[in-house]
Amino acid sequence: MLELKNVSFDAKTDSGTKEIINNISVKIDERFVAFTGPNGGGKSTLAKLIAGIYIPTSGKIYLDGEDITDMSITDRAKKGISYAFQQPVRFKGITVKDLITLASGKTLSISDVCNYLSEVGLCAREYVDREVNASLSGGELKRIEIAMIMARGTKLTFFDEPEAGIDLWSFNNLISVFEKMYRKKGGSILIISHQERILNIADRIIVISGGKIEADGPKADILPGLLTGGVCSVLAGKM
Amino acid sequence: MELNLTQQNLLKEITGLESFSLDAFNVRLNGKLHGRKTTDNIDIITKKDKPGIDIIIKPGTINERVDIPVLITDTGIDDLVYNDFYIGENSDVVIVAGCGIHNCGDKQAEHDGIHTFHVGKNARVKYIEKHYGEGDGKGEKILNPTTNIEISEGGYLEMETAQIKGVDSTYRKTTAILADGAKLIIHEKIMTHGHQAAITDFAVDLNGENCGAHVISRSVATEYSHQKYISKVNGNNKCNGHTECDAIIMDKASVVAIPEISANDTDANLIHEAAIGKIAGEQLIKLMTLGLTEKEAEEQIVNGFLK
Repeated sequence: MLELKNVSFDAKTDSGTKEIINNISVKIDERFVAFTGPNGGGKSTLAKLIAGIYIPTSGKIYLDGEDITDMSITDRAKKGISYAFQQPVRFKGITVKDLITLASGKTLSISDVCNYLSEVGLCAREYVDREVNASLSGGELKRIEIAMIMARGTKLTFFDEPEAGIDLWSFNNLISVFEKMYRKKGGSILIISHQERILNIADRIIVISGGKIEADGPKADILPGLLTGGVCSVLAGKM
Repeated sequence: MELNLTQQNLLKEITGLESFSLDAFNVRLNGKLHGRKTTDNIDIITKKDKPGIDIIIKPGTINERVDIPVLITDTGIDDLVYNDFYIGENSDVVIVAGCGIHNCGDKQAEHDGIHTFHVGKNARVKYIEKHYGEGDGKGEKILNPTTNIEISEGGYLEMETAQIKGVDSTYRKTTAILADGAKLIIHEKIMTHGHQAAITDFAVDLNGENCGAHVISRSVATEYSHQKYISKVNGNNKCNGHTECDAIIMDKASVVAIPEISANDTDANLIHEAAIGKIAGEQLIKLMTLGLTEKEAEEQIVNGFLK
């Protein structure tokens, strides 16, 4: 279980500091939780605080009861936290196979790597030895990023807008990948998204706006309001 | 041909081979000829007027390889050789050269190899050159390779050159002249550390119609080392030329890149690219989110970059 207790985060700006996350407390134990809300509301910052890329200005973060607030990115990764970037990183010379092998933390055969790539709808043979560089499209990188997460198989995974920057065809594939991940037994999937079809798979939806939790509850309670403009109109007023 | 364990290790670093098989070879050890094998198609002849050898590859020689490693295991050696390669028309061969220095003494060990390639019409050559230094002595390990390339009509030469470890000082000069339809591809990889210095200097003349060259250098400079990359590509006809220097800089190292392209024909199409920078923070963070430490992440990024 992941727990945030009174977590705040101030970012440094040219003119001083700006509050990005304002005293968020939340416990997450569900299989699939979606975070949504207006751009600039603090969702990605929250994901980075959980992954250890940012350290909270105040407050505590617990994973299965253990205080991980001051743990490094590496130690949190080893404890079982994965973070799929919104903008996947490119590497000159490092291949798809290299990255998936590093993600799994063990030696993988070509067929193991191919299985992960097939899961995300990539024709494995064409990709295994490709460099993860600028020759890959945004959609391809996104799917490789997700294949890495699957290879890790950790208990907590945070996906940051997996739909951003990919075409409709890739998006349909993406939905089926998440549906498959949900069906499989495993840890918690946390996902930042604006897409109804992704929100629709979630057990719970948390709306983040202005660095705070604006709404939080089971999908059945939150999603209709988002779609009919209830919460959305509240959010729209803030944008 | 007898080699001790140190010499065998150097041989493996340079050629990737534990021992030689059926292919032609010439091994120079501590400034002297140590072993040679020729084949029906590849002849190796000792020069009479100066130190070095002529490697003569018959026209139409296909799928053969020749290795000419230089091994230095004594301290205080100052070696200069001239090796000339004559690659016959329509042949397709692999040439492996390079120098390994194991210097445990306190005196300098130096090898300056001057290689000249005469690539015949429509011949294809893959030339692999590796430089490597090891040994705990205070003596400096110095390698100054010069490569002069002439490619005839329709010929092709691909050169892979690498210096990954242990060479204290190097000045690497490569010149090339291309005739009609000739192609040249150079991939250079350099990694320097400590107080090492590496200067690499390319000059390519694209003289023939529809000839082309890609000169690509990837390097990593660490600790207090210094690198300088000079590349001049002259487009003297309807041709394509591309030169690229991509360097990662770490610690207190310094890198200078001077790419220069000159178009002397309106149909000359030339591009130069040069980028020097530290490892991107987001690359380190990505690998750390996979469970690697910062140091492990750095190693993976550098190894991948130079792969």
